[in-house]
Amino acid sequence: MRDLHSALDAAGPQAGRIEDLWWIFFWVCTAVFALVLIALLAAVLHRRREELRRVDGGERSLTRAVGGATAISAIILIGLLIASVSTGRAVLSQPPSDALTIEVVGHQWWWEINYEDPVPSRRFSTANEIHIPVGRPIRVKTRSTDVIHSFWVPSLHGKRDLIPGHPSETWLQADRAGVFRGPCAEFCGAQHANMHLLVVAEPPAAFEAWRQAQLQPAPPPATPLQQRGHTVFLSLPCPTCHTIAGTPAGGRIGPDLTHMASRRTLAAGTLPNTKGYLGGWILDPQTQKPGSKMPPVAMKSEDLEALLSYLESLR
Amino acid sequence: MRVAERYEPTVEADAEEARQLRETWKSRGGLIGWLGETDHKKIAGRYIVTAFVFFVLGGLEAALMRFQLARPESGLMGPDLYNQVFTMHGSTMMFLFAVPIMEAVAMYMVPLMIGARAMAFPRLNAYSWYCYVIGGGLLYGAFFLNVGPDTGWFSYVPLSGPEFAPGKRVDIWAQVVTFTELAALAAAVNQIATIFKYRAPGMSLSRMPLFVWSILVTAFMIIFAMPSVMAASSLLALDRLVATHFFNPAEGGDALLWQHLFWFFGHPEVYIIFIPALGMVSTIVAAFTRRKVFGYTAMVLSLVSTGFIGFGLWVHHMFATGLPQLGQSFFTAASMMIAIPSGVQIFCWIATLWSGRPRLAPPLLFVLGFVFIFVIGGLTGVMLASVPLDVQVHDTFFVVAHFHYVLIGGAVFPLLGAIFYWFPKMTGRLLSERLGKWSFWITFLGFNLTFFPMHILGLDGMPRRIYTYRAETGWGDLNLLATAGALVMALGLLLYLINVVSSWRHGAWAGDDPWGGEGLEWSVSSPPPDYNFQHLPTVRSRAPMWEQGPDQPVVVGLRSDRREVLVTRLIDAEPDHRETLPDHAMSPLAVAIATGVTFVGVIFTPWAFPIGIIITGIALIGWFWPRDESRELLEEQP
Repeated sequence: MRDLHSALDAAGPQAGRIEDLWWIFFWVCTAVFALVLIALLAAVLHRRREELRRVDGGERSLTRAVGGATAISAIILIGLLIASVSTGRAVLSQPPSDALTIEVVGHQWWWEINYEDPVPSRRFSTANEIHIPVGRPIRVKTRSTDVIHSFWVPSLHGKRDLIPGHPSETWLQADRAGVFRGPCAEFCGAQHANMHLLVVAEPPAAFEAWRQAQLQPAPPPATPLQQRGHTVFLSLPCPTCHTIAGTPAGGRIGPDLTHMASRRTLAAGTLPNTKGYLGGWILDPQTQKPGSKMPPVAMKSEDLEALLSYLESLR
Repeated sequence: MRVAERYEPTVEADAEEARQLRETWKSRGGLIGWLGETDHKKIAGRYIVTAFVFFVLGGLEAALMRFQLARPESGLMGPDLYNQVFTMHGSTMMFLFAVPIMEAVAMYMVPLMIGARAMAFPRLNAYSWYCYVIGGGLLYGAFFLNVGPDTGWFSYVPLSGPEFAPGKRVDIWAQVVTFTELAALAAAVNQIATIFKYRAPGMSLSRMPLFVWSILVTAFMIIFAMPSVMAASSLLALDRLVATHFFNPAEGGDALLWQHLFWFFGHPEVYIIFIPALGMVSTIVAAFTRRKVFGYTAMVLSLVSTGFIGFGLWVHHMFATGLPQLGQSFFTAASMMIAIPSGVQIFCWIATLWSGRPRLAPPLLFVLGFVFIFVIGGLTGVMLASVPLDVQVHDTFFVVAHFHYVLIGGAVFPLLGAIFYWFPKMTGRLLSERLGKWSFWITFLGFNLTFFPMHILGLDGMPRRIYTYRAETGWGDLNLLATAGALVMALGLLLYLINVVSSWRHGAWAGDDPWGGEGLEWSVSSPPPDYNFQHLPTVRSRAPMWEQGPDQPVVVGLRSDRREVLVTRLIDAEPDHRETLPDHAMSPLAVAIATGVTFVGVIFTPWAFPIGIIITGIALIGWFWPRDESRELLEEQP
């Protein structure tokens, strides 16, 4: 499914209201521009007669015209101001109380996603991919631990900056199923360009199934090859940064890999999540994403084969 | 000293006076003479050329970015270089081109337009230019050594703080900002003093040319805005150099503080660039419609109110930070309100064009192009003032499109028109009108091809400051179009440059007043003599060249054997007293080198600061050493 990322193709109530406001502004501004342009062309090209050059009478009608145009501008601006403020109140309101709560944490250069729940055993972490049920409001708590990032899914809502020291909160909702792209919208260093997340909006039942799967620890290795891959993973530096729930790997510096094979992209939207790209990424992340905090990891080709087999099993 | 009712000098006395003035005001030859130059026209000429050199460099950086983004996943530049290039482009255009070029044109024209022989502080002009050159040279020296800044022209903390930007890149950026804004402040102080106290007798504030009004407003804005960014860049330098924690949230500092300080400067900065351009537009419109600009009072009030409201908008750069809604609404209202004074001026120019007799010479073409582009940029500005729309398009290519419409349309087009208009005054030669028209139309077309598609890209979710994007985003085609447009625009600007270079050598002689302009600058020869005016004019009209007869009195009695100027009163420009200005001096260069050494030194060690104070102090003693004329003057006018 092609992901969507246009502010003018709204899939939720807030983006929808903003889109409506956009079209009001667009048509008003287009009309103003057309009128100014017509007036300008007329002023340059109109035919001049000598008697028009009587200074006094001319000046008075010009004063009236300029005054009138200014008054009309002020009225238009007040109208736009009212439209803007009322839309602003609607889209920036508090989230409804039945909202599902997600925490989005910005890192250089990936997104940590934490699903909150009053019951601790129903909490889990993932990365770079947010699944949400269609039609339910989602409260999004945002924070950053390094530099400023900005959380923005144009199809659903405007952006909210993630400023260290200023945790914030917004909410959004998808009214139809789809995959919506969210590029980081505040310059955050070398790999600002490759810091995307995906929001997957799906019917409530599909979302519930996904959530249940995410709550499980990683499936144990099922084949000898996967078993060897599991051992390779733990023997290399990988666990220093990555978590795989149900194994000793518990690093929190990089994305949680417990269900990494279920995700659509690698390295925050840099690469498609396929075996070939994954192998290339592990061996040489700095070519694909120069500056990434992931170091290149050297290993024998049989070990790589085993590791990929294991990681591919983390569904 | 008196204002003569009837001045009838003999031919011999007149020639002798001119000879003496030439001798008194002339530049000294040789390298020493060049380095110690204090003539406002010569300094301004250097300033203009330097600024255009930086404009070309910034333009080449823009071209590099356009080539990189022309196709998805381009391998032309990696992120490290790209991030340096976009930072250099923004910093160059804002700090090293836009503000300096406006100040430079003002430095050249204002004394001629107000009938003064010089600016109030001739040595401060020289100091300003030296600081500017040292700052710009430092930035580009660093860039060519691969230590160019890479955190954006806005250098948001914590990304630019010591933890996330190790090395010297950001230190260099911070010092360049402080240093070039020092140059801007020096020029602004000089402009205000000159405009307030050096106007020709009779040029009351209500008769001042609109361009001079625009420069006055701009200079005041500089004085209030620049200290804010200088404070911010100095605090950042302290955070990085001696581990203060002004911006470090982990130690009680605040990352948002930077944004407030930066945008309290950054938004007025836009108007600092734009308001002089409004003055240029008024000047050109009057000259090429053969009538005074309609609605002088409304125009002046618009300029002044833009200057004030410009300081009340900065938060619209921060709508996505999640500030309280009520506060945001205030800034929305202010940001929309500023469209009114801009609108008033556009309406007044249209009224002027309507009631005048427009001649479509290149300067007026550039003004018409300005109206077309700037109105689009202003209207997208109204959109950005709206919080809900802003949180969608903020930090996307929509904003890139918007501010290029405002800054290129609003400032560069009028500037190109104004250079075309004043070039004959500065060089004595005319630019080619045919080439001028070609360069206008090609630049205009290329500009719109480059930047209009960016509106659509931004709405389609393309963020700013990305060095690459994937093909499946679908952004490739419009980016390719934008790059093609950039090439067309570059061709147009190249034609303009060719026109300037070839006309400078081979252009037709202009004579004193090729356009039949309204202002005093057209009453002197082209290029003007070193002393500007042999006899200071008097003024009793807003358009002295059009409405004053040949029997208008002139000022006599100023000494010609030293650099004497007439100081007048602030409001009504009644003659007040005479003053002698310093001539050739090396002290500005010495002080600029001393401050330059200090600013560069503190990048490496905090000890540079106390040492710098001492050497700068010594250089300043040289600057303020009493001159002989001062004593003489005191005896004459106790």
